[in-house]
Amino acid sequence: MTLISNLINGISLGSVYAIIALGYTMVYGIAKMLNFAQGDVIMVGAYISYICTTSLGVPALISILISMAVCTILGIMIEGLAYRPLRKASSLAVLITAIGVSYFLQNAALIIWGSTPRAFTSVVPFKSISLFDGQLTITPESLVTIAACVVIMVFLTLFTKKGKMGKAMRAVSEDKDAALLMGINTNRTISMTFAIGSALAAIAGVLLCSAYPVLIPTTGSMPGIKAFTAAVFGGIGSIPGAMIGGILLGIIEIFGRAYISTQLSDAIVFSVLIIVLLVKPTGLLGKKITEKV
Amino acid sequence: MKKFVRVMSAAVSAALVLTAMAGCGSKAGGSSDGKIKVGGIGPISGAAAIYGQAVKNAAEIAVEEINAKDDTVKFEFKFEDDENDPEKSVNAYNKLKDWGMQILMGTVTTKPCIAVSTETNSDKIFQFTPSASSTDVIGGQPDKDGNVTIQRKDNVFQMCFTDPNQGVASAEYIKEQNLGTKIAVIYNNGDAYSTGIYQKFDAEAKKLGLEIVSVTTFPDDTNSDFSAQLNDAKDKGADLLFLPIYYTPASLILTQAAKMNYKPKFFGVDGMDGILTVKNFDTKLAEDVMLLTPFTADAADEKTQNFVKKYKEKFGDTPNQFAADTYDCIYALYEACKAKNITSDSKAADICAALTEQFTDSSFKFDGLTGTGVTWAKSGEVSKSPKGMVIKDGKYVGMDK
Repeated sequence: MTLISNLINGISLGSVYAIIALGYTMVYGIAKMLNFAQGDVIMVGAYISYICTTSLGVPALISILISMAVCTILGIMIEGLAYRPLRKASSLAVLITAIGVSYFLQNAALIIWGSTPRAFTSVVPFKSISLFDGQLTITPESLVTIAACVVIMVFLTLFTKKGKMGKAMRAVSEDKDAALLMGINTNRTISMTFAIGSALAAIAGVLLCSAYPVLIPTTGSMPGIKAFTAAVFGGIGSIPGAMIGGILLGIIEIFGRAYISTQLSDAIVFSVLIIVLLVKPTGLLGKKITEKV
Repeated sequence: MKKFVRVMSAAVSAALVLTAMAGCGSKAGGSSDGKIKVGGIGPISGAAAIYGQAVKNAAEIAVEEINAKDDTVKFEFKFEDDENDPEKSVNAYNKLKDWGMQILMGTVTTKPCIAVSTETNSDKIFQFTPSASSTDVIGGQPDKDGNVTIQRKDNVFQMCFTDPNQGVASAEYIKEQNLGTKIAVIYNNGDAYSTGIYQKFDAEAKKLGLEIVSVTTFPDDTNSDFSAQLNDAKDKGADLLFLPIYYTPASLILTQAAKMNYKPKFFGVDGMDGILTVKNFDTKLAEDVMLLTPFTADAADEKTQNFVKKYKEKFGDTPNQFAADTYDCIYALYEACKAKNITSDSKAADICAALTEQFTDSSFKFDGLTGTGVTWAKSGEVSKSPKGMVIKDGKYVGMDK
């Protein structure tokens, strides 16, 4: 029974990683840059939702929408102010800028909201499900997180495959200059990618804090790093890959902790990553592309 | 002749530079307005800010009270932020030294304190920490193999219990009060404080015949998922969960245990203090949580009542034990300075020697908020007795029968 309980916990933790990883992978796949601030946008999303529900008395569902809207604007602003001026710069410069943005967001949150931890009230209004005389409890947050993850993955896949904007995104991803020559507004396309990535981050933030209800300005940083790992694990740039990578990472983490050693759980997670990358350098579902860096 | 002039001018300018530097050096030592300069360092931003804030507030109250007295010893207090980061803490220390600090009251948290105490030790500045509880802060303590890796820093003293003391006291308390038969421990193995308490707890529990059924860890205080650890404890039938950790991860553990319908007794140490201040926290989750702490804000004695009242008036908050330890720190410094006739003109190194002598003098007994007849050993450790607290209806209540 503990095995099933650990499995469910693993999938649920993994689903949070997966949603964040989807944001990483979207941005990387299209803009070809690692947005390390993704984890901190999550934190902002969670704070916005927290304030809406506790101080303004907004219903939970609407608070998620508000939080998504705020994060979307934040994402577009970050892209426009920090990354767009560096479009022609080396990828290293962009990477360092991303780390800078991440610190900026964390410290801005520290100034605005302070360091006192806040207990996040879950947005999921259901009670835990108890099975087999209470031997197995499934929290509603896990179910909602898993469901949200699948829905988002399907939506993103369809969006990039079918829609006009999706086509533009894929074109920009293949070749920015050629896409520009074909009449695609690359700047707008990349902004749109950031908007979607940040809206996802808001959802991830709310779900993360519903499952693990402590909110501090560094809430997003560790899940952000793990999700980045998940994205690389699944093959960065691949949408189903991010989801599979995230969920596997969650399961490995929880199982490593439960059955091998709590002290080594993070080491186990990263060892698995190293092994996968040695065997398959592009990640589980990554496409092999020759890249000029 | 020309050459001679050049040599002379070089020598004169070198001498000028040297005197200028000597001028800089003499800045540290003595202030003009007759107040002894006491510096404080701790996190007032970042994840551990609540501790530094409490220390800063309480020190301000104590200094204000002392300065209002008609007495020769007066303090000037200045506090610097270190965000619980050793590097920033040493920077803060250097800044305070430039200001002319004569005594250091801090630092608040363990890791930065280990770094700063090495500095004060070589600079010979008396250091008195209200809350950094690792034995590495004072040094001179043997590790589990009996080797002394950090030599005793004889200028450093603690107002709080050391981590080993807390571990031993917790095990004794659990045994004495018969709180649990099967014990599980979750500790932070990335943190010297948490690991230190756990190791001593484990050794003492074995000695007392307490059964520890599950020991699990997590890597740092930003960890969010504790389901595997809690599952392990639940599976092994633990009826008491010992949490020698800070309150932020502890609040997550309480929430997650409640969600999985696991209801052991929870037992924490001083890091647990603060759990009721988490904003929007459902205090029902902390109901019946026990902790060992030397101070309780609802003690009936006049001293405590007075302090709590002042703290509430000034900062709108109930003081925790970090605040109480700090208040005691300043008063102990005050009494020691008075006993040794220390004035604002004394050099930091002389103050350090005099205070060290005073604190290790067995006749020096201090009565404060966190204990009466408090004494200090040559090792820098404090001797006072902890009180058991239990949370009832969102408030601390004394547990001693």
